[in-house]
Amino acid sequence: MSFLGGLFGPVCEIDVLLNDAENRKTAELKTEDGKVEKHYLFYDGESVSGKVNLNVKQGGKRLEHQGIRIEFVGQIELFSDKSNTHEFVDLVKELALPGEITQNRSYDFEFMQVEKPYESYTGANVRLRYFLRVTIVRRLSDLVKEYELIVHQLATYPDVNNSIKMEVGIEDCLHIEFEYNKSKYHLKDVIVGKIYFLLVRIKIQHMELQLIKKEITGIGPSTATETETVAKYEIMDGAPVKGESIPIRLFLAGYDLTPTMRDVNKKFSVRFFLNLVLVDEEDRRYFKQQEIVLWRKAPEKIRKRNFHQRYESPEPRTQPVNAEQPEM
Amino acid sequence: MTDSTVADTRRLNSKPQDLTDAYGPPSNFLEIDVFDPQIVGVGRTRYTTYQVRMRTNLPIFKLKDSCVRRRYSDFEWLKNELERDSKIVVPPLPGKALKRQLPFLGGEGLFEESFIEERRSGLEQFINRIAGHPLAQNERCLHMFLQEESIDRNYIPGKV
Repeated sequence: MSFLGGLFGPVCEIDVLLNDAENRKTAELKTEDGKVEKHYLFYDGESVSGKVNLNVKQGGKRLEHQGIRIEFVGQIELFSDKSNTHEFVDLVKELALPGEITQNRSYDFEFMQVEKPYESYTGANVRLRYFLRVTIVRRLSDLVKEYELIVHQLATYPDVNNSIKMEVGIEDCLHIEFEYNKSKYHLKDVIVGKIYFLLVRIKIQHMELQLIKKEITGIGPSTATETETVAKYEIMDGAPVKGESIPIRLFLAGYDLTPTMRDVNKKFSVRFFLNLVLVDEEDRRYFKQQEIVLWRKAPEKIRKRNFHQRYESPEPRTQPVNAEQPEM
Repeated sequence: MTDSTVADTRRLNSKPQDLTDAYGPPSNFLEIDVFDPQIVGVGRTRYTTYQVRMRTNLPIFKLKDSCVRRRYSDFEWLKNELERDSKIVVPPLPGKALKRQLPFLGGEGLFEESFIEERRSGLEQFINRIAGHPLAQNERCLHMFLQEESIDRNYIPGKV
């Protein structure tokens, strides 16, 4: 609901209602100030359709306007430069030609099989969002209402998913071989691995595995990297000796993760790393960072649904809407 | 395409450990004791020396058991050498206690038992922390400090 006012009090409320709201799932996304919000969830290729309801306030003035339109917008916003948002998707439907509104009105809209190339993301320095924007154009100031949506990017099991196995160390001091069972993990996956000690000439006190998220914004010389330790998990307490093998089992479902996002619209990346940290008795830290790729697996129901559904023709509706001649 | 609803979380295979490795002495044995404070000299030129005994099985040290006598200024020398030549952050030494060296203050000054014990403990902590650092172990000054009878202040600094 929105309460958009002119100088003399609220003039018009703009509401957006999606057609399939009853059957559509919602998802959660954190806002810039850390609050969690729920919005309807869409996937790439799905149509976005519904109604725009205008509620004229009792005793309000007649609303004169120069046109009413609705847009489907996909936008990237860098917090360091909020005035320069970049819109990578902007579809427009005209709802009404210039005229006036004297009573409550309702307009149908449909954006067919919309491409949504990236996943919604709210980070430390950047935000990618999708929303519907209704604009009532007026001479002095437009009335604008934004209706937030969330998009998830789905992927299928990778064809190739090699394990990561590497021998690292400090010469004559510490040699280990670490292994992680995959290089690509889905968001509810389990990281299974092991650390094998080949040479231990330092006094190790404990070993932990960290899951680190790096958000890289900007290009070239002005890149900013925001690093967040998403998880810290002690995998060994005490001093190991040569030949010992320490198992790793880290369940990703317990953490707030997003898929790996590489170079989204050439504006930002979100990457994940496993950081293996060994701490000796004098608190000296020895570590090895290794990138892993995270991907979003389609939920059970979606996978079973007919995969060609997005290409079927839409259901016939009772009120045909024609973009060239909007209803008056 | 079917996928299992429960992930496979079985441990990865690993080589069984050699029993001599499992039950043998660890390869990281390093212990340094700072003990037996002795006051050397007479009158105003007196100073305290400490026994510094190192036992280790690390291959980088020539002697697996060494014993030398060192005084506070020798520890200071080592700290300065390491700060200059190596990239490590050198831990702090116990205090210089300049106040205790002032003649008109009462008490035994530098030779008070509790002070010597405090200093001994601090020096022991210091040398153990340093000697266990992989980068410090490469420095000639550390080996000279721990394993040679006297420190040659005109030595040529370098790596082992």
